[in-house]
Amino acid sequence: MLAIELIAQGLIQGSIYALVALGLTLVYGLLRILHVAHAALFTLGGYVGVMVCNASGNLAVGFFCAALVSGVGGVVMFRLAYQPLLSQPPYVALIASIGLFIASEEAFRIIFGAQGMSFTNPSLEQQFVLGGGLQFKLAELLVMLSTATIIGVLAWLQSRTRVGIACQATVSDPQMAQSFGISLRQVRDINFFVGSALAGFAGVWVALLNNLVEPTMGSVPSYKALAIIVLGGLGSVPGTLAAALLLGVIEAFGTIYLGDILDRNAIAFAFLIAVLMVRPQGLFARS
Amino acid sequence: MPAADPEVQTMNYEISLLTTMAIAVMFALSLNLITGFCGQISLGHATFQGVGAYTAAMLGKAGLPFLATLPMAMVLAGLLGVVVGLASLRVRADFLAITTMGVGFLFVGIVRQQEFLGGELGISSIPDHGLGRVGFMALALVMCIGVAALSMYIKRSWMGRVFNGIAEDEDTMRVLGIDVPRYKLAAFAMGTALAGMSGAFYTYHLNFIGAESFGFVESITVLSMVVFGGIGSVPGVIIAAALLSVLPAWFQVIGDYKLLVYGGLLFLMMRFSPNGMAGLAQHVASTKWFPTGGRS
Repeated sequence: MLAIELIAQGLIQGSIYALVALGLTLVYGLLRILHVAHAALFTLGGYVGVMVCNASGNLAVGFFCAALVSGVGGVVMFRLAYQPLLSQPPYVALIASIGLFIASEEAFRIIFGAQGMSFTNPSLEQQFVLGGGLQFKLAELLVMLSTATIIGVLAWLQSRTRVGIACQATVSDPQMAQSFGISLRQVRDINFFVGSALAGFAGVWVALLNNLVEPTMGSVPSYKALAIIVLGGLGSVPGTLAAALLLGVIEAFGTIYLGDILDRNAIAFAFLIAVLMVRPQGLFARS
Repeated sequence: MPAADPEVQTMNYEISLLTTMAIAVMFALSLNLITGFCGQISLGHATFQGVGAYTAAMLGKAGLPFLATLPMAMVLAGLLGVVVGLASLRVRADFLAITTMGVGFLFVGIVRQQEFLGGELGISSIPDHGLGRVGFMALALVMCIGVAALSMYIKRSWMGRVFNGIAEDEDTMRVLGIDVPRYKLAAFAMGTALAGMSGAFYTYHLNFIGAESFGFVESITVLSMVVFGGIGSVPGVIIAAALLSVLPAWFQVIGDYKLLVYGGLLFLMMRFSPNGMAGLAQHVASTKWFPTGGRS
């Protein structure tokens, strides 16, 4: 029974990881940038969600605003920070991104205070009992459900619509795509918007699950999401999804069985290093 | 006893600051060997300072004198460095950056859970180094100059040229028949051993260490020193490390905003001058400030 419970907990955590890591993968696939500052947009989404929800009393409005603000924030970040660095070696953008992330984490602390914020009327707290004695909060069920829905819709958009196909074409061969009349600029903007909106969305879910947003809430997902996209074989969307869920489950088991030797982060990274030593291109890389 | 000298008493603050500076410069130069010279990005360099620091602390508490812990700290940090260096043979570029970051989290995660390493509380009341404050500072400065001289020497040597080649284009170096893995391992061994040395100084300077002092933020801080100075430039890195390590102490206002300033500077430097201060200096030097008629 414990095993099923741990798997369930792992999948809930993994869904959050997946939402955050998908945006990172989109960016990496397109620009080959390790976008650490992505987690700042996750935090931003959490704050916007809590503030809007507290002001309007409507959770859906909170989700919508969080995704919108984070999405626009992502596009702005791309235009100001990354676009001018595309011709530089990759570590330049990586270090710039780390700098941006550290600075924004501190900015959140200075603007909103170190102690964080909570929902005035926390919602979705109802407990659900499933067959076999499994118990969930409504929010936990909805996290998994909405992640699955969003990823399904995105996959459909990517393979069935003109914009999605343009994105795919740009990832596989930017120059060729451009010569077929695809605007690289538009594709990049769209990717940053969608990826960042997903991060903002995930931020509100984490805020709901913990009923807390704090300045440092992005630090663990930022490093963890990097580990996930590396595990998934940088730039591969299905790989990222599988790696996110896998890592969630491994962490859930690890904290029970290895908790005395390693903490949660260390378990995730021990797994990452072990995988990379065996498969340097990641678990699910396209060869 | 130098500590009893009233002259020295009033200089305590400056002595402490200078020692901090020397340790930071040593640490930054050690990363510069790996990232600057050899082009291997490391996001977990604080781990090796941590290994050195913990080695020195454990041995010091066991009764060994400071000068004996110093080489042991270097050896252990260097050994772990070779292991991580072996990983760098397997994974490259972005993958290596994430792997080294993982090593950093692993180190902190392991140390925090070990009772005999002080766990969450860290190790305190480390025995005195017996050199006096001035003597300790002098030794740190001498070692720091030594590391700088070694860096300059390596940069000009055959090895330094190979490092540069690996940083520029690893595959071409392989084609040229260079034993790339050997040189990468050498860079990691030297860089991490020197980081271990800076760790031993750190332990005896602060008399207290905890796992969090060698976490991801510290790894980024030292990387920011290297990047800020100009990746690969020895004088640039020395100046950047010296400045960035004492800035928070000089401006108490910044103390609270230390990370905001670090992050902001790191971003702005990358955004506007990816070659750091060295690149900036070069740019300024090559700019014609006064229009001159013809050749001057």
